[in-house]
Amino acid sequence: MSEQAYIDIVGVTKRFAGGVKAVDNANLGIKRGEFFSLLGPSGCGKTTLLRMIAGFEFPSEGEIRIDGQNVEGVAANYRPTNMVFQSYAIFPHLNVRDNVAYGLRKDRLSRSELNKRVDEALNMVKLQGFGARQSSQLSGGQRQRVALARALIKRPKVLLLDEPLSALDKKLREEMQFELRQLQQNVGITFVFVTHDQEEALSLSDRVAVMFSGKILQVAGARQLYESPSSRAVADFIGSINFFPGVVKGIEGQEIVVEAEGLGLLRAPIAAGTGGASFKPGSAILVAIRPEKLSLSVEPPPGNAITVKGTVLTSAYLGDRSHYHVRIPGREAPVAVSGTQSARSLDVLHAHGTDIYLSVSGSSVILLPPD
Amino acid sequence: MTATTSSDVRAPTHRFGALSRLLQRSEAAQGYALLSPVMIIMFAVLAAPLVLLALYSLWTQVGFTVDRTFTLDRYADAFTRDTYRELFLRTLWVSSLVTITTVLIAYPVAYYVVFHVKRNKFVWLVLLTIPFWTSYLLRIFAWKIVLGYGGVINASLMRVGIIDAPLEFLLYNPTAVVITLAHAYATFAILPIYVSLEKIDRSLLEAAADLGDGPWRRFWRITLPLSMPGVIAAAVVIFVPTTGDYVTPALLGGPKGVMIANMIQLQFGKINDWPMGAALAMSSIAMVAIITVFFVWALRYATGRIR
Repeated sequence: MSEQAYIDIVGVTKRFAGGVKAVDNANLGIKRGEFFSLLGPSGCGKTTLLRMIAGFEFPSEGEIRIDGQNVEGVAANYRPTNMVFQSYAIFPHLNVRDNVAYGLRKDRLSRSELNKRVDEALNMVKLQGFGARQSSQLSGGQRQRVALARALIKRPKVLLLDEPLSALDKKLREEMQFELRQLQQNVGITFVFVTHDQEEALSLSDRVAVMFSGKILQVAGARQLYESPSSRAVADFIGSINFFPGVVKGIEGQEIVVEAEGLGLLRAPIAAGTGGASFKPGSAILVAIRPEKLSLSVEPPPGNAITVKGTVLTSAYLGDRSHYHVRIPGREAPVAVSGTQSARSLDVLHAHGTDIYLSVSGSSVILLPPD
Repeated sequence: MTATTSSDVRAPTHRFGALSRLLQRSEAAQGYALLSPVMIIMFAVLAAPLVLLALYSLWTQVGFTVDRTFTLDRYADAFTRDTYRELFLRTLWVSSLVTITTVLIAYPVAYYVVFHVKRNKFVWLVLLTIPFWTSYLLRIFAWKIVLGYGGVINASLMRVGIIDAPLEFLLYNPTAVVITLAHAYATFAILPIYVSLEKIDRSLLEAAADLGDGPWRRFWRITLPLSMPGVIAAAVVIFVPTTGDYVTPALLGGPKGVMIANMIQLQFGKINDWPMGAALAMSSIAMVAIITVFFVWALRYATGRIR
């Protein structure tokens, strides 16, 4: 791919026995020192792609280059990568110290140098004083730290992380996310992080690749993925969203006119179009609106926002925000709306069947190609 | 079922009311009740004869009668007389050799089934039990035919012209005993090793590879230590019965392959010195017990570190 990519994945396809394509023509360039995430639902091929970088699986087609070196046919033990496994894979017959030192034994370091490196690694993951513990005496979070220290002590060019936080409870997971990000910034090693948790991917990563049934759909930063997804699948996978199928009516100046199901005629800036949606009059288009971009009011809102009349079907109070389902004429599925504290001051919203105005500004609309 | 009052329901009317109530209340009582059939058999055919054996070992054979004054002379004989000492040492030596040989043969088989057989592992395990489909005695005779003077091995080697005269080290010596017993116990060794290898998390091997280890280092540093519980269990299962085996040495061992069990049999038979036989048997039991305790301790140690 690009000249300065540190890990280059070029046309990589992985076929398993039975012809199933786990990874389908993946192209990706990961930059040096980047925190890069592979995000997708389970079975989308993200772990297979990671395992191909690690050297546990080999591509059926295409090639992988790490720091300019083609790693085709290079076994895992000769690659400049180290991995944190989903199960952590802590060696049960070794204590914490021996686990962390495992990868250095072969290097025939002097005893003092070895001890120094192990202590450094243990400090890095805040496990000083835990060296003599047996792995059976460790909590989930501690096991994860041991796995991190064990991989980082090898000073790899790339650290691969396979859903390392999925086994931890919510509170610990948030703590570890923060620490992981800090650690990555301190050591400056390129991290490739696999997760199915979109919040985790968005909050940790410099860039995220969204994968779906073996294909990489979009590679972008968190904001871009959320605000301008390139396809229906990405928009649907990242956060929640309402889709309104529509037809392009024409372009007027910097605005595009669309007639959408339930919304009627609406105008949105041309910049709202992503993923190469066609603006030719008469072509089908998908209008997508995030629930929190919609606002509810009893009186019609002033200004030229896109406004439709509807009725509240259900409302759910979630603390920092509330969720509503609003029925609008001309559309079967109710529209999902997420309101923050200020919008909720209208007590009337909590009564079901209330007539309400639903509005959204044209610039908050996303225009996608239909499927 | 006309007038069922609450008191009727509560009070059991059958004869074992008290007993069944006791059983329902106490888990320990239930446990003993379930154990009792085995316990009765164990007492009748194991503990009682053992007590008798212990008594005999303290008595003295005088001609055709037994002098029942307690003495430790028989034990002194068992430990000091060269014949017995040599037999004990040979038994230990042959049993250890059988144990080591069997484990060395069984390990690769178990390893192959665990790591290289992708489908139908169960079929493989069933196939491994085929030697057990014929009787122990038949298998010994089969080995006699294979190893014998004019047996399969010698005849083929002579026909091909590799040797001129039959190889004599094959039959009627400890080698024959080791070969036959190793074959007989191979399956017993394969199964525990199979189980301990099967339990090893594959991601541990990947982690070792990831940290720079090639296949050999992975085996020495991960697979072997983690399969030690299976190896030790296999060793116990082979070692204990081998020390007491008497059929194989009797039929294949020749004069140099006789083991302690054969001597015990002689004492109770032709020599007709039951106290001496009893003392040898008790010493043999003690020897096995001590070694087994050591094995169990080693097993605890090995499994304690793997969890």
